[in-house]
Amino acid sequence: MPGFDFSNYNRNAALHAQGMPLPKATSTGTTIVGCIFDGGVVIAADTRATSGPIVADKNCEKLHYIAPQIWCAGAGTAADTEFTTALISSQLELHAMSTGRKPRVVTCMTMLKQHLFRYQGHIGAYLVVAGVDPTGTHLFTVHAHGSTDKLPYVTMGSGSLAAMSVFESKWKAELTQEEAVELASQAILAGIWNDLGSGSNVDVAVITPEKTTLKRNLIKPNEKVPKQQSYKFARGTTAVLNEKIIKKSEIGRYVSVQEVPLESDKMEVDS
Amino acid sequence: MSDPSSINGGACVAMVGKDCVAIACDLRLGMQALTISNNFPKVFQYGDVFLGLTGLATDVNTVSDLFRYKTNMYRLREERPIAPRTMANLVSSSLYERRFGPYFVSPVVAGLDPKTSKPFICGFDSIGCIDFAKDFIVSGTASDQLFGICEGLWEADLEPDDLFETISQALLNAVDRDALSGWGAHVYIIEKDKVTKRLLKGRQD
Repeated sequence: MPGFDFSNYNRNAALHAQGMPLPKATSTGTTIVGCIFDGGVVIAADTRATSGPIVADKNCEKLHYIAPQIWCAGAGTAADTEFTTALISSQLELHAMSTGRKPRVVTCMTMLKQHLFRYQGHIGAYLVVAGVDPTGTHLFTVHAHGSTDKLPYVTMGSGSLAAMSVFESKWKAELTQEEAVELASQAILAGIWNDLGSGSNVDVAVITPEKTTLKRNLIKPNEKVPKQQSYKFARGTTAVLNEKIIKKSEIGRYVSVQEVPLESDKMEVDS
Repeated sequence: MSDPSSINGGACVAMVGKDCVAIACDLRLGMQALTISNNFPKVFQYGDVFLGLTGLATDVNTVSDLFRYKTNMYRLREERPIAPRTMANLVSSSLYERRFGPYFVSPVVAGLDPKTSKPFICGFDSIGCIDFAKDFIVSGTASDQLFGICEGLWEADLEPDDLFETISQALLNAVDRDALSGWGAHVYIIEKDKVTKRLLKGRQD
């Protein structure tokens, strides 16, 4: 990774010292789960992204691609989950090409934890890593500080307690694929209904030795009720002071068209 | 002192219509409650792609200049203007590069895909997390008001002229309920072969 640019850090730290709060990043106040079944692994997520109490995105994607047979569900700071998984995905692809072997889930998990540990929790990515590789089926959780877990069923995010309650009451060993998908979906639904940080739809990814299936919006229990009347305004409602039409043909191919400042704004020059 | 992203004020909104997109911003530049200028546009055009920037005004200037540089360099290297989706990824990675010292801006990208002419809009938080939306994107100090009004007024497949009325009324009425935004507005309606830029009459208080 080329690394981060800290050139605004001192300015922002000085502003923060004067009592300015740091800007609120989009967070995936999330419910994500993973569950191993006989012959593969399933991960699932809700689709709500929040910024404080505001729902920023009603149908975002929290299941991230790492490799064809390795997928990741992300909770925490949305930008961090997005970029951390993309970075490790890229490194893992290069690693797979240089070794000539299929990437392993443990390799992915180790790269993620070493990256996150290096940043001491400042990269707020909380991940569920799942996949199938030549050594078998694997399911891990990775926390922002770099700790990892290996369990047959896992939950993370603000809705993890609601989701875990479903697993703890309904999980059994030797699930079939259909049972695992149903159990994971029910766990996510528990988060959607009972956790305010989670909501909207259920996304599921099923990974088996043969193939990966991404079931985007498998369950849509929160579809918007269509409006019964239109709020379309009559044309001409808005008062316009000035109008300018720029035709595509008038835009130069290699020059940007800009408005020229007024005469009075002439730059002062010597002589 | 207060939150950097609400010192100067400002609002921006983008909407998808039928074979068109719209992006609009207010014109206020303030310092807390004191208005400094009523001609501070927050929507910038880079070829066929439009970028709305709200937040700390010094960063709005820096970031708009940075992307003018980056899009010009892209056009020289690739010999074609940047596409909206490419622009979205450029904005995202440029902001995430400063993960631990961000610009206090929340950008909005709007445009039509150069190949398919499909409408494209998206928004970002200050560290580059993309919010792909198929309806509307809001940002700025009036974002709470805009979220509510857009959720109520927006409907699918609006014609360019109807989309103009909807986005204009959404913005105008949202900024009237925000003390830090307003003082007129710019609205861009982007269609396949033309772009219409309108200056709106808004309250000056």
